[in-house]
Amino acid sequence: MVRPTSPADAAGLGRGRAIGFVLPALVLIGVFLVFPALWTIYLGLTDYRLTGLAAANPQVVGLDNYVGALTDPEFLTSLWLTLAYVGGSAILGQAGLGFGLAWILRTRTGWVRRAVEGVVLLSWILPSTVVGFLWFALLDRDDGTLNALLHTPGMAWLLDHPLLSIIVFNVWRGTAFSMMLYSAALENVPPSHLETARLAGASVPQQLRDVVFPLIRRHILTNLLLISLWTFNDFTPFVLTGGGPEGRSEILPIYVYNVALRGGELGVGAAISFLILLINLVFALAYLRLLRGQRRQQEVAAAGGPPA
Amino acid sequence: MIRHTIGRLASTVFIAVTLALFTLPMLWLASAPFDATPTITTSIPEFTLRNFAAILDNPYALGSIRNSVIQGGGAAALVVVLAALAAYALSRVRVPGRDLLLYLLLLLSSVVTGTAAMVPVFELATRLDLIDTHLGVILVVSGGLLPAGIFILKDFMDETPTSYEESARVFGASPLQILRHIVVPLVRPGLATIAVWALASVWGGFLFQFILLRDPDKAPGSVILYTLFTEGGAPKLDLISTFSLLYSLPVVAMYLFVSQRYGFRFHGGIKR
Amino acid sequence: MRLPSRPALIAAIAALALTSCGTGTPSEGGSITLTIAANSISGGKNSESADWIKRWVIPEFEKTHRNVKVLFQPSGVDDEQYKTKLALDLKSKTGADVIDVDGIWVGEFAQAGYIKPLAEVGGAAVDSWEGWSQIPQAVQGLGIFDGKKYGLPQGTDGRVLFYNKTLFAKAGLPETWQPTSWQDIIDAGTKLKAAGVPTPIQINAGSAMGEATTMQGVLPLLAGAGAEIYTQDKWTGANQAMKDVLGFYQQIYGGSGLGDPKLQQEAKGRDKSFAQFAQGKIAILAESDYFWRSVIEPNAGVAPMKNRDQAVGYARIPAKTPGAGIRGQDHASMSGGAVRVLNPFSKNPRLAWELLAFMHTAAATTSQLAGQVRISSRTDVNDEVLTGDPMLRYIADEVLPITAYRPGLAVYPQVSVLLQEATADVVSGKSADEAAAAYQAKLEGLVGGAANIAG
Repeated sequence: MVRPTSPADAAGLGRGRAIGFVLPALVLIGVFLVFPALWTIYLGLTDYRLTGLAAANPQVVGLDNYVGALTDPEFLTSLWLTLAYVGGSAILGQAGLGFGLAWILRTRTGWVRRAVEGVVLLSWILPSTVVGFLWFALLDRDDGTLNALLHTPGMAWLLDHPLLSIIVFNVWRGTAFSMMLYSAALENVPPSHLETARLAGASVPQQLRDVVFPLIRRHILTNLLLISLWTFNDFTPFVLTGGGPEGRSEILPIYVYNVALRGGELGVGAAISFLILLINLVFALAYLRLLRGQRRQQEVAAAGGPPA
Repeated sequence: MIRHTIGRLASTVFIAVTLALFTLPMLWLASAPFDATPTITTSIPEFTLRNFAAILDNPYALGSIRNSVIQGGGAAALVVVLAALAAYALSRVRVPGRDLLLYLLLLLSSVVTGTAAMVPVFELATRLDLIDTHLGVILVVSGGLLPAGIFILKDFMDETPTSYEESARVFGASPLQILRHIVVPLVRPGLATIAVWALASVWGGFLFQFILLRDPDKAPGSVILYTLFTEGGAPKLDLISTFSLLYSLPVVAMYLFVSQRYGFRFHGGIKR
Repeated sequence: MRLPSRPALIAAIAALALTSCGTGTPSEGGSITLTIAANSISGGKNSESADWIKRWVIPEFEKTHRNVKVLFQPSGVDDEQYKTKLALDLKSKTGADVIDVDGIWVGEFAQAGYIKPLAEVGGAAVDSWEGWSQIPQAVQGLGIFDGKKYGLPQGTDGRVLFYNKTLFAKAGLPETWQPTSWQDIIDAGTKLKAAGVPTPIQINAGSAMGEATTMQGVLPLLAGAGAEIYTQDKWTGANQAMKDVLGFYQQIYGGSGLGDPKLQQEAKGRDKSFAQFAQGKIAILAESDYFWRSVIEPNAGVAPMKNRDQAVGYARIPAKTPGAGIRGQDHASMSGGAVRVLNPFSKNPRLAWELLAFMHTAAATTSQLAGQVRISSRTDVNDEVLTGDPMLRYIADEVLPITAYRPGLAVYPQVSVLLQEATADVVSGKSADEAAAAYQAKLEGLVGGAANIAG
């Protein structure tokens, strides 16, 4: 996205063949993604329901669903919860822990590295329903493994700290992606640069700030974009808390589920889905701005360095 | 020197804590299936294999794992092939606005994978006569995964050097040959990672699989897992824990296979 | 086992004629296909019902309808998800011919045009069906919307208070207990608490329990306070009866220690309450007969109690005070139940009715119950079967006459959510009045203003 230019057509594809290469994906995306997505966005302008009179005869209600959502305290609560959830579990948690692991494991080999990577990746690929039961067994109030280990019988983690619980859960669930991405990124940082910095007496935070981050800026951007988007749309905490107690972990995807599937109000659900899209767009623009700003500084600092 | 030792120590503690955090939740999966009276508690089981016999008695359990393999494998293959082609072309040929387009598609994919899109998705599948087919599930879920797949792979392909492609071109290789014999081997770990990612995403998915399929003989494991409850919604933990284990194994096996064979990381085999 | 009725013969002949015209092989089976959809699946949820369809209904029906092939489309998932799938199917005018639905969905499906009155789909044979005389009027109501019959009820249930006699003895309470007012329940709870019972009373509350809160808690209590949730085209707002109900919740969960507020908030709270009752940690629990049949059932229950028949008693849910209930009753209950409807888009509607009626004959109903005791829709079958279980006999004789049903409207599930949220407010420490006021405000937003709400 911010990369200056791609090397000019090395394989001699030509525009025609390039289109041929892209076309199959585009057709599939057009039919099974763009079309239903636009349809959903249209439904957001109607009072469409799954059953009842409004199912037989839906009316276009304009922006009513949007006004309704934005003035609904439950939606706003849910929005704040989601922002805290994304900020805590994706941006700080997954990206932070993922980078930390990538950084530390970079110098390690052998079974330690394989074991850590193995369990982190396992948490990522286990089916979500199964994962729900696993965390339930861990955090349960009466006989949870965590209470047994900490000698805190009766501590209701999911009830007293629902948001924190799902944040920790999602860090566990999704760190693998960030770890892999940053591992790959760190391989592109020439060891000689770090060595030079270290010999010049730079501390680890300084090395990271001055040498590493400027070089992996684009990976940070890709990572943040994707994990924020995924976390924003993550329904998995539902199997853990069901959005409760009393909505205190009802992040937006669960809110949409409750509105659209349980309440049957598909029009409202569709409108909120579109709002989620817009919020993600804001996030993306913010990331871009942030990292662009950094690039200018870095270009000055890294002048003479290898091409990024 | 001291600083180095402290750093080493700190990183060892960090690794130990991480290992504990990530392993702890998985204990239940290792104990409950073998427990004669499984509860939600992780405990030393009163050892039995009876639960496995019980789950094998379920007429849909094993078949559903096969269906998961068909649907997950199909979607993973489709996503990898289409995303690789598209990502390569987008990486090598400049199309104005391609990054913006990709990002827009990525955003739209978030709408389509949500609950609110079920009516359009269902109606579309009905009109295309894809209800109750594996193909319908594969196409619908692939549509949702492709933008992210292309997005990641394109990033990846941007990183691979183009000098080999140029030399191959000099020797008269066609673009498809170049892609197959030069680019794919370079990005193979990335392709493998995307494949496992796609498979794992489809593997756990419930809602679309459920509304698109009718015959339980075609239902994937995620749907069958949801049937292992009582009339009042209470989970049958003996069946659920055992099935969870069986149903997780293929994904884990695929990951192990792929990481052995191709490596499991987001970078190519050649450093620049 | 019985002769096919006339319409079936006509349909069969017609079908034979058609196939012989077409292929010239009239003996070929399976030229007409009928499909049954139900939220049950072998080896999973409601397994017995799925097995019954596959092993009894299909072979028996095909015996008398040679050219008909009957298929079964099992589901076995959450009711909401099953409902979604049905709605999607019917919306696109496809789906099974005979469909299992919860009685509460009939109204909203009818309003959406997804189902039509039985007589419109199945023809004249519907009204002359022998079974109607066997189904009590109130139970027929499960399949009725706007005065028209849309479905055949399969059975029903009733809600009572279950209590643990062992714990009652410990607290010096009688072995045969029938409270006559809400105060009696509180008094018993106080004695049980004093006798060291950890959680004397479990009345479902909060959003996590979902519809269980409404059906086992708010609605029977509301009926006991003299109000129904929907009467004469108006929803019940924060009137005195509603405030009384929330006040009763406050007595239990507002710091008295009679109930466990945390349990109401847990995602798996209801399952846990079952387990705790079975372990003797909860003394009084309001549930439907499902609890008796499937939860504490000594052999196959999810929380089995080996000594269930000796240790567990049951009592009608009392009105707030004697005579304060709806229709001046001393006690109250709520009932629901599944019905089977016809798909109006069926290609063979008459034959589908044949199949539906066949599934509701006395023989079929008896066969469906095989082994397990529960309340079917047919009086003749109940008379035979229920003698096997005094508890279900009690429901049929003592509870069904005083029961009430929910309104089958599309907004009902959302009103139900508001009721759950009101109890959740009380459980989390708000006063009954605050919870009632918040309920009133949200209800007005939902049903389109105060004009649709009864004081």
